[in-house]
Amino acid sequence: MNRIASLPRRGFLQVSAALGAFTLGIRVPEAAAQGAAPAATPEVNAWVVVKPDDSIIIRIARSEMGQGTLTGLAQLVAEELNADWSKVSTEYPTPGQNLARNRAWGNMSTGGSRGIRESHEYVRKGGAAARMMLVEAAAQGWGVPAGECRAANSTITHQPSGRTTTYGKVAEAAAKLTPPTDVPLRDPKDWTIAGRSLPRLDTVEKTNGKQVYGADLTLPGMLNAAIRDCPVFGGKVASFDAAKVASMPGVKKVVPVGETAVAVVADTWWRAKTALDALPITWDNGPNAQVSSASIAEVLKAGLEAPEAAIGNRAGDAKAAIAGAAKRVEATYGYPFQNHATMEPMNATALWTPERCEVWTPTQNGEAALAAASEAAGLPPAKCEVYKIHLGGGFGRRGAVHDWVRQAVDIAKQMPGTPVKLLWSREEDMLHGRYHPITQCKLTGALDAQGNLTGLAMRISGQSIVAGIFPQNIRDGRDPVVFQGLSPGGEEGAFGYAIPNILIDHAMRNPHVPPGFWRGVNLNQNAVYVECFMDELAHAAGKDPLEFRRALLRGSPKHLAVLNAVAERGGWGQPAPEGRARGLAQIMGFGSYVAACAEVSVSPAGELTIHKITAATDPGHAVNPQQIAAQVEGSFVYGLSAALHGECTVAEGRIEQENFDTYPVMRMMEMPAVEAILMPSGGFWGGVGEPTIAVAAPAVLNAIFAATGKRVRQLPLKHADLRRA
Amino acid sequence: MARLNINGRVVEIAVEDDTPLLWAIREQVGLTGTKYGCGVAQCGACTVHVDGVATRSCSMPVSAFDENQKIVTIEGLSPDGSHPLQKAWVALDVPQCGYCQSGMIMAAAALLAANPKPSDADIRGEITNICRCGTYNRVQAAIKQAAGGNQANG
Repeated sequence: MNRIASLPRRGFLQVSAALGAFTLGIRVPEAAAQGAAPAATPEVNAWVVVKPDDSIIIRIARSEMGQGTLTGLAQLVAEELNADWSKVSTEYPTPGQNLARNRAWGNMSTGGSRGIRESHEYVRKGGAAARMMLVEAAAQGWGVPAGECRAANSTITHQPSGRTTTYGKVAEAAAKLTPPTDVPLRDPKDWTIAGRSLPRLDTVEKTNGKQVYGADLTLPGMLNAAIRDCPVFGGKVASFDAAKVASMPGVKKVVPVGETAVAVVADTWWRAKTALDALPITWDNGPNAQVSSASIAEVLKAGLEAPEAAIGNRAGDAKAAIAGAAKRVEATYGYPFQNHATMEPMNATALWTPERCEVWTPTQNGEAALAAASEAAGLPPAKCEVYKIHLGGGFGRRGAVHDWVRQAVDIAKQMPGTPVKLLWSREEDMLHGRYHPITQCKLTGALDAQGNLTGLAMRISGQSIVAGIFPQNIRDGRDPVVFQGLSPGGEEGAFGYAIPNILIDHAMRNPHVPPGFWRGVNLNQNAVYVECFMDELAHAAGKDPLEFRRALLRGSPKHLAVLNAVAERGGWGQPAPEGRARGLAQIMGFGSYVAACAEVSVSPAGELTIHKITAATDPGHAVNPQQIAAQVEGSFVYGLSAALHGECTVAEGRIEQENFDTYPVMRMMEMPAVEAILMPSGGFWGGVGEPTIAVAAPAVLNAIFAATGKRVRQLPLKHADLRRA
Repeated sequence: MARLNINGRVVEIAVEDDTPLLWAIREQVGLTGTKYGCGVAQCGACTVHVDGVATRSCSMPVSAFDENQKIVTIEGLSPDGSHPLQKAWVALDVPQCGYCQSGMIMAAAALLAANPKPSDADIRGEITNICRCGTYNRVQAAIKQAAGGNQANG
């Protein structure tokens, strides 16, 4: 039995209050089940708690959703702390606590592959400052200068006398010291905990069923809710007939949720869902009821030729170069809507009273979840709290928009004093995503008589995520995120190719389907457009795709290095095994440099097999190499799922795919072998959760061309006919 | 009302006959290691053993079972996480978000019980569970390791 469920409710709420914000993060069930707050141990600082038994709790502000950031961030803190790694565990501070402490833990947002690259400096300083305070406390206890003491493996030694003590013994005294202001950090080349392929801290409970996800949470007296939102975006509820289901087993209440949705609250979720399925609901489908994939495609197509567009990268005169080209190459590509399809559907548990609102939810951004809860609750943030529960996948869906949190609070508000867990069905999750943006792209290239690329024009037409989610960040009609990987420079995603005349612009066209940040974001389609077109240009120039790229990447040594690495390890230039062909792709994004070499075969009947992918990553610094490898492997599952199958289509204003039977994703049978080459060159911090996704599709598409002579320019591949002509 | 033998214990459950086994396990028995992913037997996150056979519990009503059928969930696979697959999973750090992993391990355990030395092709053919984080290659390697092989990805 779930241990929380056996606790008397009153007891739980007292525990909840006594624990304050901290221990209710990762450990909700365990701490609550103990029936009392753990001994109050003062923190050394915001990042580090050391208990008298020498166990260490490292606080993690970012959310763990599988990407390993929990372990990586703990390694960075433990590294500077000189901690005994075997005694380290972690916990999430809550968003409410972060707010109350003037954001002591900084940004909680976990997206854009930023977990480590955005916070490495201040978390390491947190560990280093704690170490300095622990050493100082020991030195004061001995009456010796701190400079004569050294810390290693959670033990402090006074070197002249040989006396030792442990962190646990001096932690309370250390907590009373003034934090140091000058906190030097170790050179990464001297790392002993960071930089190593340590096992994750969260693996064991994921192999025995003990890991608690949001969907698993149970609170005393809790009810369950199932919801249906208007399947057409922009539509609303016209009417529903609650009386028809009021007497069904377990049903407690049928409630409107805003203007657009209805929820059934019951004792169990299955009964809530059963009643919801039986509930007569009439929809007002609103102004978008006639929109279809075809009508959206027409709008985007017109954008390819529109005179007005926001510029992302311009040099020289691309139009003139194209007009005067010895050879002109032109192609149009397209990329569809896709759902994140996290394995765990959206869910949140909310408890509302007129005085306070608490929410337990898997979120990539606890602070944004708190803001959403506060708004929906009609209470100031200080009277609300969010407890982050482990995520069953995030991929961007659980970050910027907390629509499910608002719904859960809205429902709980109609059941004051009773905790209610809202869980979306898979169908609800598929129909109410925040979809990968839809775009088309027309590319025109100019080759001179020697086959050199002298000009490139690239017109992107389609959706802007920023316009959909943070419209206040659109300046002069320009969404900078659209140009991921295509920018003229910068640390985020610089376009590596030196082309004398270039024009990359975006005609923003926003359909009614809401866009979202989808793992890899705009880098995904931009890499398809650029890297497949580079292959087309190389072919038109009669040049080897590797050599063609190398010539253009001469001034971009890091781009070139990962490309060279996959070419070499992937066997480029050497004969492929019988029936197989290879394709290349490279790009920079999320601060890292990535490349892939795919090896595929296509049967005469047109069946594609992806045999092997060699992938290289230069993330600057590597905090946990085996977890980076896991992210690279996983990126091919996500990226190839998208390339092979991923598509949400629109009919009568609504998404047509409702479950994995109509929205297939990659399974083990289709998975290629992946060789991950990690080549951290140092000196910068790049992300690893997303960039590799972008090279998955173009490497495979280019390999398909090499195998069949067929260019696939519209994803997903399932629509392509790869049979030999 | 249903009587089910779950992890060696017979439990009496007051639910409607058409309640899926998954939801009885999660909501009435209180074992939440078995996950809801799709509800239509597509993803395998709900996989349990019924008399040793991997079964997608989201699509089987409790009325299809009686107390003579032994249902085993991830919590009952081993008393202390010592099943060879669980040990291999830990050794290779297989899980990412972990949500699909109970189902993966249960599917793999049924495979090994029927086929103690599966080939790569056997594994790829039999394990049809969905993982969105992308653990497939480590899952495959861990199954091989648990089966006594040492092959890496393939």
